[in-house]
Amino acid sequence: MKVLVAVKRVIDFNVKPRVKMDGSGVDLANVKMSMNPFDEIAVEEAIRLKEKGVATEIVAVSIGPVKAQETLRTALAMGADRAILVQTDAEVEPLGVAKILRKIAEEEQPGMVILGKQAIDDDSNQTGQMLAALLGWPQGTFASKVEVSGDSVDVTREVDGGLETVRLKLPAVVTTDLRLNEPRYASLPNIMKAKSKPLATKTPEDYGVDVAPRLQTVNVREPSKREAGVKVASVDELIDKLRETGVVG
Amino acid sequence: MKTLVWVEHEEGQLKDATLSTVTAASQLGEVHLIVAGEGVGGVAEQAASIAGVGKVHVADDAAYAHGLAENVAPLIVDLMGHHDAFLAPATTTGKNIAPRVAALLDVMQISDILSVEGTDTFTRPIYAGNAIATVKSSEAKKVITVRGTAFDKAPAEGGSAEIEQIAGTGDQGLSSFVGQEVAHSERPELTSANIIVSGGRALGSSEQFHALIDPLADKLGAAVGASRAAVDAGYAPNDYQVGQTGKIVAPGVYIAIGISGAIQHLAGMKDSKVIVAINKDEDAPIFQVADIGLVGDLFKIVPELTEKL
Ligand SMILES: Cc1cc2nc3c(=O)[nH]c(=O)nc-3n(C[C@H](O)[C@H](O)[C@H](O)COP(=O)(O)OP(=O)(O)OC[C@H]3O[C@@H](n4cnc5c(N)ncnc54)[C@H](O)[C@@H]3O)c2cc1C
Ligand SMILES: Nc1ncnc2c1ncn2[C@@H]1O[C@H](COP(=O)(O)O)[C@@H](O)[C@H]1O
Repeated sequence: MKVLVAVKRVIDFNVKPRVKMDGSGVDLANVKMSMNPFDEIAVEEAIRLKEKGVATEIVAVSIGPVKAQETLRTALAMGADRAILVQTDAEVEPLGVAKILRKIAEEEQPGMVILGKQAIDDDSNQTGQMLAALLGWPQGTFASKVEVSGDSVDVTREVDGGLETVRLKLPAVVTTDLRLNEPRYASLPNIMKAKSKPLATKTPEDYGVDVAPRLQTVNVREPSKREAGVKVASVDELIDKLRETGVVG
Repeated sequence: MKTLVWVEHEEGQLKDATLSTVTAASQLGEVHLIVAGEGVGGVAEQAASIAGVGKVHVADDAAYAHGLAENVAPLIVDLMGHHDAFLAPATTTGKNIAPRVAALLDVMQISDILSVEGTDTFTRPIYAGNAIATVKSSEAKKVITVRGTAFDKAPAEGGSAEIEQIAGTGDQGLSSFVGQEVAHSERPELTSANIIVSGGRALGSSEQFHALIDPLADKLGAAVGASRAAVDAGYAPNDYQVGQTGKIVAPGVYIAIGISGAIQHLAGMKDSKVIVAINKDEDAPIFQVADIGLVGDLFKIVPELTEKL
């Protein structure tokens, strides 16, 4: 089966985001950008499915600015076979992303679409679930294990109480959690090879999807800061301070 | 505005996360609840006694036994024919179901709200809580997930809402429940505990994690949490993870032991009332948010602390 993976270009997870003075958003000028970490896990899982002989072809998709090509090249260097960039400078909300992905899934007919559970910039945690709804497919969210057998897939999910396993009819949507796998680094030869793998460029209009935002961002501000605390020198002093809180008896 | 709140429950008990979601919903308008599950009569009664609730819809059907989003979403969509907003707690259940509902209704969800500023305006954290966005929704129907720590719990007693049984929408035949691994612990639950003792990578092994963190937690009557690094390394189970992509907590006291304080970890605990950090590196970022810091070797400090408390 074919596997589709959705990869988003986001602020690198090691960068501390700064809010713009004018309250219009987070300052991304000259900031290191990378593939959303959960999407690296998604790409890795697709590659492992291919290595196991379950997946036959991996198509990576990104919706974003022209620079999202770099993110797709990373996916190709890791092991994806081809890529589709749906180019737009607009910030596309999860619903818009899901609508574009639905059109691509209808065209490509994958057996599985793998997404990250959450983009670390908007922290929405919506796109995979929305895509599954639009396609009428089942969803295995927050996956820590994915096992395909025949026409179904068992997905073990990280849930608040521990772990839960569900069986989904294929085709299905899977979203990744942190423990699903450890993504590989692309080797230099594979980075070189990725440059000649096919990368198609499309637009939201090509898919007839209206990506106008449904939510208006009124402003973006910094969270309230915590006041600096004290350092204590000993365990006894720590216990005194703890008792002062009234919470610790 | 008529709102519909998802009632989160487990083994016949209504979960606290429901109560904070009711508070958020009550700021929007009238509050109705939906209890979906199998054999949930008891949960429905608990739901009906939450203060301020107008009506409890109950869908008692095997198709809802495990909260499968494929089966639950059509049920909610039906109910949204006569409700203006759907609110679910931002738990793994809520996060699984709500976006599926939103897409079926063709509306954009507002995730993890921190406050209700008006009937169409909300605040929510983005970038691991390093920024707070105020967003306005023009959608006719709102779909919202609610951050539990940001809203007080509605009183669990005092209400006497009408309970209405509704017909289910059946099993969609897309998914089924296979099994679960849920640890039962005597300790308080992480997201509602008043004290949390959390361990990081520095604990070095599962044995040491449990040998040091557990006795301290038990002495304090605390819940146990962990950093991602500790969970990845297998020192603690996944449901202990506190952070941007784990659980969001805000206890009275949070004790971070051998945790550096990466932004992803801080995102999950920086609204705690008092933060205590024990770390051998005096420059560890955790000290920038800690109210009480002790620099030193946790393998010496923690046993001494447990003994002296
Ligand atoms: C997409 C993504 C999502 C993430 N989500 C989360 C999340 O939800 N939650 C989360 O926690 N992390 C998350 N992370 C990981 C995060 O970036 C950090 O890697 C992680 O929090 C580090 O865990 P730690 O502090 O235990 O380990 P480290 O950063 O390795 O820190 C260990 C600390 O222990 C101290 N130490 C060592 N030995 C001793 C000793 N003997 N005594 C006292 N102190 C000692 C060290 O000085 C150090 O400060 C995420 C990362 C990514 C990319
Ligand atoms: N612009 C995008 N391009 C490609 N994939 C995306 C995009 N936005 C979101 N996704 C996918 O959806 C997942 C969840 O994102 P979100 O719902 O925004 O938290 C991400 O991890 C990606 O896999």
